[in-house]
Amino acid sequence: MAMKDLKIVGQPVKLRDLDTHVTGETVFYEDVRVPRMLHLKMHRSRYPHARILGIDTSQALSSPGVVTVLTHEDLPGKKLYNALAGAGVGPEDEPVLAFDKVRWKGESVAAVIAETPEQANAAVAKIKVEYEELPAVFDVEEAIKDGAPNLTAHWPNNHYVYPDDHRAAQIRYGDVEKAFAEADHIVEDSYQTQPIEQAPMETNGCIAVPEGDGRITVYSNTQALQFSLDVTAGILDMPTSKLRFVGGTVGGGFGGKVDIQPEPITTLAALRTGRPVKFKYTREEEMQVSSSRSAWRVYVKDGVMNDGRIIARKVTTYQDSGAYLRFSSYACMKHCGHMPGPYTIPNVSVDSIVVFTNRTPSNAMRGFGVMAGSFALEVQMDKIAETIGMDPWELRLINAYREGDMKAHRKEVEDAGMVESILAAAEMAGKQLPENFRNMSSLDRKAG
Amino acid sequence: MASGIVSIKVNGRAEEVVTGAVTTLQDVLRNNLDYTSVKDGCSQGGCGACSVIVDGELRLSCLTPVQEVDGSEVVTLEGLNLSNSITALQQKFIEKYAAQCGFCTPGMMVAITALLDRNANPSRDEIAEALAGNICRCTGYLPIIEAVESIVAEMAGIAGD
Amino acid sequence: MTKLRGTGFAAVNYPTGMHLGGDPTQSLVHATTSGNFVVTMSSVDLGQGLKTILAQIAAEALGVPYDTVIVDTGDTDTGPHCTGTFASRTTHRAGNAVIMAAEEARKVMLEVAAEKLEVGVEDLETDGLGNIHVKGVEDKAISVAETAGAAHFELGRTISGRGIYLKPPSPMDPETGESDPDSTQAHACTVAEVEVDTETGDVQVLAIKSAYEVGQQVNPELVKGQIVGGAWMGIGHALQETTAPYYPAIDHAPRDFQTYQMPGAVDMPEVECEVLEIASRNGPFGAKGVGEMVTNSPIPAIVNAINNALGVRITQIPVTPEVVLRALDEKAAGGG
Repeated sequence: MAMKDLKIVGQPVKLRDLDTHVTGETVFYEDVRVPRMLHLKMHRSRYPHARILGIDTSQALSSPGVVTVLTHEDLPGKKLYNALAGAGVGPEDEPVLAFDKVRWKGESVAAVIAETPEQANAAVAKIKVEYEELPAVFDVEEAIKDGAPNLTAHWPNNHYVYPDDHRAAQIRYGDVEKAFAEADHIVEDSYQTQPIEQAPMETNGCIAVPEGDGRITVYSNTQALQFSLDVTAGILDMPTSKLRFVGGTVGGGFGGKVDIQPEPITTLAALRTGRPVKFKYTREEEMQVSSSRSAWRVYVKDGVMNDGRIIARKVTTYQDSGAYLRFSSYACMKHCGHMPGPYTIPNVSVDSIVVFTNRTPSNAMRGFGVMAGSFALEVQMDKIAETIGMDPWELRLINAYREGDMKAHRKEVEDAGMVESILAAAEMAGKQLPENFRNMSSLDRKAG
Repeated sequence: MASGIVSIKVNGRAEEVVTGAVTTLQDVLRNNLDYTSVKDGCSQGGCGACSVIVDGELRLSCLTPVQEVDGSEVVTLEGLNLSNSITALQQKFIEKYAAQCGFCTPGMMVAITALLDRNANPSRDEIAEALAGNICRCTGYLPIIEAVESIVAEMAGIAGD
Repeated sequence: MTKLRGTGFAAVNYPTGMHLGGDPTQSLVHATTSGNFVVTMSSVDLGQGLKTILAQIAAEALGVPYDTVIVDTGDTDTGPHCTGTFASRTTHRAGNAVIMAAEEARKVMLEVAAEKLEVGVEDLETDGLGNIHVKGVEDKAISVAETAGAAHFELGRTISGRGIYLKPPSPMDPETGESDPDSTQAHACTVAEVEVDTETGDVQVLAIKSAYEVGQQVNPELVKGQIVGGAWMGIGHALQETTAPYYPAIDHAPRDFQTYQMPGAVDMPEVECEVLEIASRNGPFGAKGVGEMVTNSPIPAIVNAINNALGVRITQIPVTPEVVLRALDEKAAGGG
């Protein structure tokens, strides 16, 4: 089925950057050398949930080597942002630098800019923030109960609100309740994943360099250069023409470099000081401050017939967004659109809910919104096979979608290859399947 | 340890560095002397991206106070690049696609060079064990192990000829 | 001490491109006067090989040698817009944008060659080796380099092209979820074999065998690199990785690679893979995205293998030794 008569597409040519990777000559953002560079370090909240009563930077300002300290009072533009605001996602709920409250342990409060990283660190320790600690909530289902500590007035019930006042991104296809009543078996379970760190070997960071003409060049390891530029300009209320982002060769991403966390504050620091400023996350910040993969809790309820056909699937999912929205509403929609997995099921209902907790905000990682769904569904498929006494390979092959089948989000399946993949893997594993299963294909329903 | 002047030889060149109380060898190599192959992946001794060779021994430069290596000979990947002996290993890395993002690669090259210096014929298990201190988040290690196996086989072939 | 073995598998699909579309990427292609081609982008290479595959796609679409294609990316002052490197989108979006730009440049290149050779454009073809010749008449030819020089210095024409790929946004119906969310779907089925130590709870993955259906492969070695690296990450996710080991509590959060555990080189099993190619109707030369799904299929396969080995039903990740031992205790108590 693959395209024929190709000359270079399809060939294993060598990886272009490898020549310099093996000699150590590849230039990552941090290898750019700029003179008179300052270093930024962040003072972060000690509590997962607390009211800020006062921020005292006086001792930090007089600390050796310190050039300036930035708090929310120094922000020229927005105090609250969401990186997807330009795409219509909102409301903007996340402080650039905390002012009224902190909502997770590690939240940015004040930035110190100093001659050396050591001097910046020493001054960070001298910032005094007076807090009134508040009760915190960490579990998604606890967070949406009546009486749970509320994180922010933006989300009165600690969950995101989708258009038309829906509390979930949802799919409604067929009639699941009717099908459950007709099913020979009901198979139910819940599945849980935990927050995971993208852990690129190069941590998040950037160097912002004033060019003398009013423009700032930002050397960044972002996964999205123009996006980072636009978000930075938006937060700082500056024309996009004043910014140039340079990057494109990055020491691993895995979704961990789409946050636009270091760039806005570092750009502001460069504007204020007139000098190049570097902000590089420590490994500890990368682990605990940069956003993680979300934790997901997925409830699956299936109606199954004795012959193995799944006739109904109901999924209720809680995504732990952490303290702020970031891209979670997108992830829950993607999770929703992925259901019911690579299977054709005539009755499907999905509720995919973004929940806010006092945890490090979560964000993208390899398989954003889908990984936890695939995990839940495929462990569930084994439970179905066990429950009805059917071979798990045959169960999947019976239900796998075929070319032209209607998906739950009402788009026909195109370019299908699930059946072929299952059959190929079965052969690799030495699995003996009956001939009628071996002869299945993604085109067999079309054929007849 | 107080500030002072430390003398080291880096890649064959004598250097004198003014150090602070907590200056690491990594900081001196990367930031004072611009040997940018010495990567900063964690500064906690956990990833191996800053590996260098000090007086013939593999060291994590991020955990090495520079005062501790006063008078020593230090070799970074830039130094290894000057010798012909690493070219074949680099070629194997390219052939086996043994790097993706490339951030861990300099540390890998140094660690593997140190391994082959002390054991010219390591087994697959010995190769994997030697990489215990070097994290790669991209490749799953198998292409790196294959690259080393193939250079070992090649060297054994040459030795046997 | 008892070691129990088990096998499990999982079947997954994965969408190509940002969910619900609306994520464009642009490309500019131009010839230098000596017949090289510069592909200007602002897309980001995270190590997956974006620069390499875009050069392959450009060379294929232009009909010129791979080595004469220069990919210039990573500067917002010069490169046109790219939404970003995520959502298994870049091969598809950037690849399609490069094809569009390359086709426009190729058209001018052939027009100039036709004028020089005094033949019709429709009579010409490229050999991929740096020459343009009359179909079936290989010695009636002009080199790409000579064509590019003539275009600039003699005819005053630019051999250049502009490309964009946009999947139009498809908002989701808030009630039913109706939408056209993806460009295509890639598929995978992974089989995992494990050995579980019932005394310590340690799980060792003995083998990962996968079939991946990814459309046309642009570069099979880079696809394999994703599959092997993804299998390793999948093992880590299934067995070890978490930033909140006492989830939902936030205590004992790891701060370094000593406490954030990932598999080492010694933990890596053999990874066998077979790649199937069922072309995507809208992908560049039929390609689909592969970079993310490679982590998704091993995770449930490994958990299913552990459940198969132990006769338990673990439904959470990571499956740490503690999770294994608790499951065995529950089973012994009659729960399983």
